[in-house]
Amino acid sequence: MLKIEAILQPSKLDAVKDALLEAGIEGMTILEARGHGRQKGHTEFYRGREYTVDLLPKVKIELVVADEQKDKTIQAIIGAARTGRIGDGKIFISRIDDAIRIRNDERGETAI
Amino acid sequence: MRFTERLAGIPSQRKAFAHLMFLGSENLMFRREIKLLLLSAVLGLPAMALAVAPNQSPAPNQAPSASAPATQAQIVALQQALNANQAATASAQSAGDNAWMLTSAALVLLMTGPGLALFYGGLVRRKNILGTMMQSFAMMCLVTVIWAVAGYSLAFGHGNAFIGGFEHLFLKGVPIAADPQNFYSGTIPEQTYMIYQLMFAIITPALITGAFAERMKFSGMAIFLSLWSLLVYCPMAHMVWGVGGLLNSANPHALFPSFDFAGGTVVHITSGVSALVCCLYLGKRAGYPHDKMQPHSLVLSFIGACLLWVGWFGFNAGSALAANSLATSAFINTHFATAAAAIGWSIAEWIHNGKPTALGAISGAVAGLVAITPASGFVQPMSALAIGFIAGAFCFFMVFVVKSLFGYDDSLDAFGVHGAGGTIGALLTGVFAASVINPVFKDAAGNSLPSGGIDGHWGQMLNQLTGVGIAWTISIAGTLALLVVVDKLVGLRVSPEEEATGLDLSQHNEEGYDFNT
Repeated sequence: MLKIEAILQPSKLDAVKDALLEAGIEGMTILEARGHGRQKGHTEFYRGREYTVDLLPKVKIELVVADEQKDKTIQAIIGAARTGRIGDGKIFISRIDDAIRIRNDERGETAI
Repeated sequence: MRFTERLAGIPSQRKAFAHLMFLGSENLMFRREIKLLLLSAVLGLPAMALAVAPNQSPAPNQAPSASAPATQAQIVALQQALNANQAATASAQSAGDNAWMLTSAALVLLMTGPGLALFYGGLVRRKNILGTMMQSFAMMCLVTVIWAVAGYSLAFGHGNAFIGGFEHLFLKGVPIAADPQNFYSGTIPEQTYMIYQLMFAIITPALITGAFAERMKFSGMAIFLSLWSLLVYCPMAHMVWGVGGLLNSANPHALFPSFDFAGGTVVHITSGVSALVCCLYLGKRAGYPHDKMQPHSLVLSFIGACLLWVGWFGFNAGSALAANSLATSAFINTHFATAAAAIGWSIAEWIHNGKPTALGAISGAVAGLVAITPASGFVQPMSALAIGFIAGAFCFFMVFVVKSLFGYDDSLDAFGVHGAGGTIGALLTGVFAASVINPVFKDAAGNSLPSGGIDGHWGQMLNQLTGVGIAWTISIAGTLALLVVVDKLVGLRVSPEEEATGLDLSQHNEEGYDFNT
C-alpha cells in the first residue's frame, strides 16, 4: 500500500477530486495548508506598513492506494493539476505499513 | 451648539404675531377694522357679530361699533388665547427638538458600540478581537456610572472657567422639564442634554484604546480610563461647553472663545494626544515592526467605519441641540467632509503606493469625520469639502510618513487620525467659520459679527490655537500622571507570555472565534 500526498493550488482541488473519482479512487483526506516551494509571495499594504506574504494557501490531498493503482492515481492528479507554471505543487509517495477499517476491523488492502 | 447660537434658526413667536398685527399696514384706514376681524376669528362665532364687516368704509376715527367693556374682554381673551398658542408652539418645538436629541444620543452610542468596537476589532490580530471590543464596551459601562455620579457635575456644573462644580452629584438638580432660561438649552430638558453628553464622554476614552491595542491589561485599562475621564475629559468639556468655560464661544465672558461645535478639541485632540502618550509610555508591541501584525478582518473594520459615519450625524448634527437649520448645516457638512476625506486619502495612497486600499478609504473617511467635528456647525458646505479633502491627505501623511519616521507603535492610529485630524480640524474651523451659518459673535445692537478667517476675522485663529494648546497640554499632563499612578497600582502592560497568547485568553478566558465547533 502506498500513501500519496499531493500539495496543490487550491483552485485545482475540484478538478483533481473529479479526476480521482473518475479513475476509481474513492477515499481521500483533504487538508488546508500553507507553504511554498520556489514560488515568491506577494506584498500587502496596511496603513503604510508593507507585509510580505510568503506562506501561500495550498491544499493537500492524502490518499492511500493499492500498489497497482499508483500510476493511475498519479496520472489523474497530474492531468488535472498541471498548468506548467511555478506553483503547480508536488506529489510525495511513501509506503504504508497497514490500514485498518475502524467499523469492522478489516485490515490490509481491503480496508482501503 | 449653545442656546444663543441656536436662536438664529428660530422664528420668534412675537415677530410672527407682530406681522399679523400690521397686516395691510399700507392701508391705514382699515387697520383697526382688520385687527378686530382677526380678533373675532380667534374668538369664534359669537364675536363675529361684533366685528365690522371689511366691505364697509367708516371714517378712520369712528369708534368700533362694540361697546368699550366688551372690547376689553376681547383683549383679555385674546391675550389668553395668545398665551395658550405660545405654550402649544413651545411644546411642539420641544417635542421636535427632544426627539432629535434623543435619537442623536442613541446614534452617538452606536458609534462606540458596535461602531468603534468593530472598527478597532477588525484591525487587530484574531487572538485579541474580544479584548479589543471589551475595551470599548467597558467604557460604555464604566463611564456611564462615573458620569451619573460625578462626571456630569464636573463637566457641566457651575464652577469656574476651568471645571464645573459638585452641585449635580448623582444628577441632583438636573431638571427633566425643558426650561427656556436654561443655559444649555431652552427647548430640551437638561436631562436630555446630560444623556447626550454622556455618549461623548463614553467614546472619548474608548478612542484611546487604539493606541495600546494588543498589550494593555484589562484591569489597568479600566482604572486608567475611568480616572482619565474625570481628570482630563471633564475639565476640557467644561472649558469648551460648560457654563463660564474659558473657551466657550457661547460664554460672553470667555477669554478665548473658540469654535468647537461637536468636540474636535474636547474629544479628538484629547483622545488622540493621550493615545500618543500612552503608546510612548507602554512601548511597542512585541515583534513590532518586524513581525506580521496585519488586520485579521477588514470586513469588521469596514462595517465599523460605516456605523461610525452614520452615527456621526448624531455626534455633529445633534450638537445643534435642536431640530433646526443649524442641525441641517452640521449634517451636510459632516457628510461632505467625510466623502472628500476618503477621496483625499485614497488619492494620496494611490499615488504613494500604487493602489487605493479599502483600509485607506475607511481610514480617510474617519479622518474627515474627525476634522469636520469642530467645524460642522460653523462652516459652509463647500468649506466642508475642502476641510475633508485636506484632512484626508494630512492624516495619510501623519500615518504613513510621520509614524514610520519616529517609529512609535500607535497600533490603530488613534493619534494619526484623531489627534492629528482633530488638530487640523480645529485650526481649519478658525479659517472657514462663517457667521452666515452660525452667528456666534454679535455687537451691542444684535448684528452678527465676523466669525472666522473667511469672514475676515483672522484673530479667531488665536482662540483656536489656544483651545488646541490647552487640549494638548491637559492631555499630556493628565495622561502621564495617571499612567504612572495606575502602573504602580495594578500595572498596565500584559506580560510577554500573555501578549503572545493574546488578550482574549489571557484577560478574559475566552476566544473570539472558534473554528472547531
